[in-house]
Amino acid sequence: MNWITNYVRPRINSIFSRREAPENLWTKCDECGTMLFHRELKDNLNVCTNCGHHMHITPRDRFNALFDGGIFTEIAVPEPLADPLKFRDQKKYPDRMKAAQKKTGEKEAMLVAAGEMGRTPIVAVGQDFSFMGGSMGMYVGNAIIAAAEEAVKLKRPLILFSAAGGARMQEGILSLMQMPRTTVAVQMLKEAGLPYIVVLTHPTTGGVTASYAMLGDVQISEPNALICFAGPRVIEQTIREKLPDGFQRAEYLLDHGMLDRVTPRTELREELITILRMLMGLPPQVVGDLPAPSETAEIAPPKVEKSGKPAADAGAKAK
Amino acid sequence: MTQYLEFEKPLAEIEGKAEELRALARTNEEMDVADEAAALDAKAAQLLKDLYKDLTPWRKCQVARHPERPHCKDYIEALFTEYTPLAGDRNFADDLAVMGGLARFNDQPVMVIGHEKGADTKSRIAHNFGMARPEGYRKAVRLMEMAGRFGLPVITLVDTTGAYPGKGAEERGQSEAIARSTEMSLKIGVPVVSVIIGEGGSGGAVAFATANRVAMLEHAVYSVISPEGCASILWKDAEKMREAAEALRLTAQNLLELAVIDRIIAEPMGGAHRDAKSTIDSVGAAITAMLDELKGKDGAALIKDRRQKFLDIGSKGLAA
Ligand SMILES: [Zn+2]
Repeated sequence: MNWITNYVRPRINSIFSRREAPENLWTKCDECGTMLFHRELKDNLNVCTNCGHHMHITPRDRFNALFDGGIFTEIAVPEPLADPLKFRDQKKYPDRMKAAQKKTGEKEAMLVAAGEMGRTPIVAVGQDFSFMGGSMGMYVGNAIIAAAEEAVKLKRPLILFSAAGGARMQEGILSLMQMPRTTVAVQMLKEAGLPYIVVLTHPTTGGVTASYAMLGDVQISEPNALICFAGPRVIEQTIREKLPDGFQRAEYLLDHGMLDRVTPRTELREELITILRMLMGLPPQVVGDLPAPSETAEIAPPKVEKSGKPAADAGAKAK
Repeated sequence: MTQYLEFEKPLAEIEGKAEELRALARTNEEMDVADEAAALDAKAAQLLKDLYKDLTPWRKCQVARHPERPHCKDYIEALFTEYTPLAGDRNFADDLAVMGGLARFNDQPVMVIGHEKGADTKSRIAHNFGMARPEGYRKAVRLMEMAGRFGLPVITLVDTTGAYPGKGAEERGQSEAIARSTEMSLKIGVPVVSVIIGEGGSGGAVAFATANRVAMLEHAVYSVISPEGCASILWKDAEKMREAAEALRLTAQNLLELAVIDRIIAEPMGGAHRDAKSTIDSVGAAITAMLDELKGKDGAALIKDRRQKFLDIGSKGLAA
């Protein structure tokens, strides 16, 4: 591990990212209505500085904050068949895909990355709610399988951040088949003796909750996230009664024994480091400045691809 | 007397007329209606053939949901001996939407598990219309785990609209229960074979259909969401269920092409409900064939086979 990578580069990164951020942009908190300065909100991981409301965050932004110095290597995801069912509702599926890609700048609803978090090597996979509601299709399944395989290969824990309305209807039954497929991925980790941590974020519903998002060794949720199998509207129509306040929200699930913890996004990284280092049998994280390395073997920073192009030689570089 | 489906109305009229004629003849001995009634019968038979020759996906949904279609209980009674129901999840309740237990199939001890919808108002309510709660999936997990330890093949019969969307079901962890059922299906070292006998509704179905071999009755349907649900989300109009059923590719024929299922079990003319016995026999033969295919594989090979089957799904799309 190169200490320059970890402790010099982040500062350079943060200088650049500050320059790139638009100066005069304000975002209104959809919970309390406070106008929040864009950069301040971004620095606080899209959590309202006034009321603590957790707004949507893309996997890329999350990973920039999660990995040491914002440095991570994207793991390539095997490309599934495009539009396997030739699905057509009011729009053609390929047209919906193109629109989502244009809107998000991402290829699909899942980002897989390897890197270090508090000098703890990990593989992470994040679901992107802004991409067709994060919906689970073949690509999402392939991403989770690729992430698990990479974690097993590198002997690292896997952290999964879920966010999805459920299945991708445009992939019909193949979407449903991601429930067993991703379960196989979770079993690969378990059999390799590697931790699988799920962080549920708003919203995580349907087939996603009923498969990989509920099979973690440790289940953590961000505050107030909606987590359910059947959505509240469907239930109200079925049972014809009003549901209690906070029903199916993270805190409600915690009360009902369905989660281990509810943790604010801003505290999540430290908590994940603490948990994973214990599960991996590592000493506690060194807080503060690290002693200078005894010898500097390697000066050049590792090649990092953050542009959306997955590196084929994933992971090995980030070791 | 058959309950006719909406699209079978013309058939109902012809069969009704034939029935009326015969009733008339019974009260009036001088009337000879034999020829006329036979003609009507022939017409009805032809119409039935025409109707079922090429059922649309939406019509298949209706056939799959037909109340007189043989249900899990009928299959268990006819195909298994020494059926010994095992109840409860050891935590909260026994969910009657899921039935299961020890039984013999062709004299071989097995574990049989399935969704039961019920056959009349009273039993439908008792079985919650085949919509399982977490306890149903947890019972299945318990039975599958036991089957794994005792080397018993697991046979599942899938027939559910979906997992029950209720308040208590959610509070007690419907998602987790379904996830654990799929997980257990994937890790037991015994043959697991599954037949979709009616409706394969979403996660509630896949929880029981994660098998080495999956067969499907000719007019059964298997889908990520009901056509009505899909229509209301994507078309913003639940009445567009015909279009949604078409788009979802939920028929056995499509699913075989996608390699999601391994075989189609033919139904008698006019659907399983017109001849339950022959349908049940065909299902029995398919189960035998599927178990035979898995003979000689040890536990590790069976687990590997099952996982690989699902990992491979998606490499085949539909041809145009
Ligand atoms: Zn706020």
